[in-house]
Amino acid sequence: MYAFDYHRPASLAEAAQLLAGNPDAKLLAGGQTYIPTLKQRLAKPAAVIDLGRIAELRGIREEAGGVTIGATTPHAEVANSPIVKRVIPALAALAEGIGDPQVRNRGTIGGSIANNDPAADYPAAVVGLGATVRTSKGRAIAADDFFTGMFETALAPDEIVTAVHFPKPEKAAYAKFPNPASRYAIVGVFVAKTAGGVRVAVTGASPCVFRATALEQALAASWSAAAIDGVTIDPSNLNSDIHAQADYRAHLIKVMAKRAIEAAG
Amino acid sequence: MRVSMTVNGKAVSGEVEPRTLLVEFLRQHLGLTGTHVGCDTSQCGCCVVHVDGASAKACTLLAVQVDGSTVTTIEGLAQGGKLHPLQQAFHEHHGLQCGFCTPGMIMSAADLLQRNPDPTEHEVREWLEGNLCRCTGYHNIVKAILAAAQSMRGMAKAAE
Ligand SMILES: Cc1cc2nc3c(=O)[nH]c(=O)nc-3n(C[C@H](O)[C@H](O)[C@H](O)COP(=O)(O)OP(=O)(O)OC[C@H]3O[C@@H](n4cnc5c(N)ncnc54)[C@H](O)[C@@H]3O)c2cc1C
Ligand code: FES
Ligand code: FES
Repeated sequence: MYAFDYHRPASLAEAAQLLAGNPDAKLLAGGQTYIPTLKQRLAKPAAVIDLGRIAELRGIREEAGGVTIGATTPHAEVANSPIVKRVIPALAALAEGIGDPQVRNRGTIGGSIANNDPAADYPAAVVGLGATVRTSKGRAIAADDFFTGMFETALAPDEIVTAVHFPKPEKAAYAKFPNPASRYAIVGVFVAKTAGGVRVAVTGASPCVFRATALEQALAASWSAAAIDGVTIDPSNLNSDIHAQADYRAHLIKVMAKRAIEAAG
Repeated sequence: MRVSMTVNGKAVSGEVEPRTLLVEFLRQHLGLTGTHVGCDTSQCGCCVVHVDGASAKACTLLAVQVDGSTVTTIEGLAQGGKLHPLQQAFHEHHGLQCGFCTPGMIMSAADLLQRNPDPTEHEVREWLEGNLCRCTGYHNIVKAILAAAQSMRGMAKAAE
């Protein structure tokens, strides 16, 4: 690790000010992605701004029938939250399936979506449920506009995710085919029947989470696993790597989508 | 930077760089070498300790992040010279061979048993997702954790 300065702001306002005044500073939340990155010397920040002690960024509450999750809320807290389990059980189950218990104790939702790893789980829930990402600049960014590419988001360099608001779906479920070592998604599919229509979000399969519109149309016509039998998934934009070839990922998208539809009921 | 924390019930403090990892602080500054470093890439779980009651990988935490926190390492589990039921069970059920993964296994299992005193074999195996063992094949580790859970439930009952 290269040396860096360390700041531990006590409020969001202080964190935003530190970040704005220091273009070479980076945020630290759970550190489950960023500390390994620092150790590999893939990043050389002048300063690290630790969000870990900002009380206003952490916690889960019901809002407008859905749930709002503070950016620094760890995965384990989401997985075990009575509110999340009651309002959106699919989201609690997704959080429970991330990594391992120690990663879930530290890793946060804000860190996960800001990082936008192509194989991360939360982006599938954010897009699948049509969530809204709230930021330190007072913006409320729609899920469909937030994830812009591999490890890229709509966040400005000096913008902090403060919370994510998930509306309550009629039905939802997530199914993933995990990498057996890390539990990251080789393919993960989040399906939801929402007030705004059917949404199907796919993670792990391509450089960035995306909506599978062909599957959405088939499911809008008939909400059943059989409804997607006739849909073909084009593998040409999907990833090929040591874990899976593009055509296999295309196959897995349908298999995971079917499992998710069956689980959603 | 100066950090202060409670480690195994004792107030400690030290001068660290912001980039000093918690595991380095424990091993090099405090001489608590029971917490191991296996992979240093956040995957093996040899370095698991408890921070404010929850298990965490000490190789993936900065010492400055846990300033003011309470940390428990494998050295803090035995009480009054008596092995913790998990340590006793690993001994009795041959839950280790080389022993390198053992401190992390036991600290991870201790977090499981405080959340779920009566886990199924499947729940134990799922919980150990972040702990790798190159020797045992896990069988006796799982057996030891289930045995410890049973003896801890017995102790809790006797104390009622
Ligand atoms: C062994 C292992 C297995 C894992 N398995 C999975 C898995 O199966 N599925 C999965 O989805 N993930 C997995 N992860 C990743 C884990 O979920 C991370 O916690 C997550 O990707 C990042 O969250 P963090 O809080 O640790 O962020 P950090 O590592 O602290 O930060 C990550 C990035 O986000 C930025 N950032 C953090 N918070 C904010 C914020 N509020 N606003 C703006 N930017 C911010 C940081 O500057 C940094 O660039 C795994 C990690 C490990 C080590
Ligand atoms: S040394 Fe920390 S996880 Fe391997
Ligand atoms: S006993 Fe040797 S690594 Fe587990």
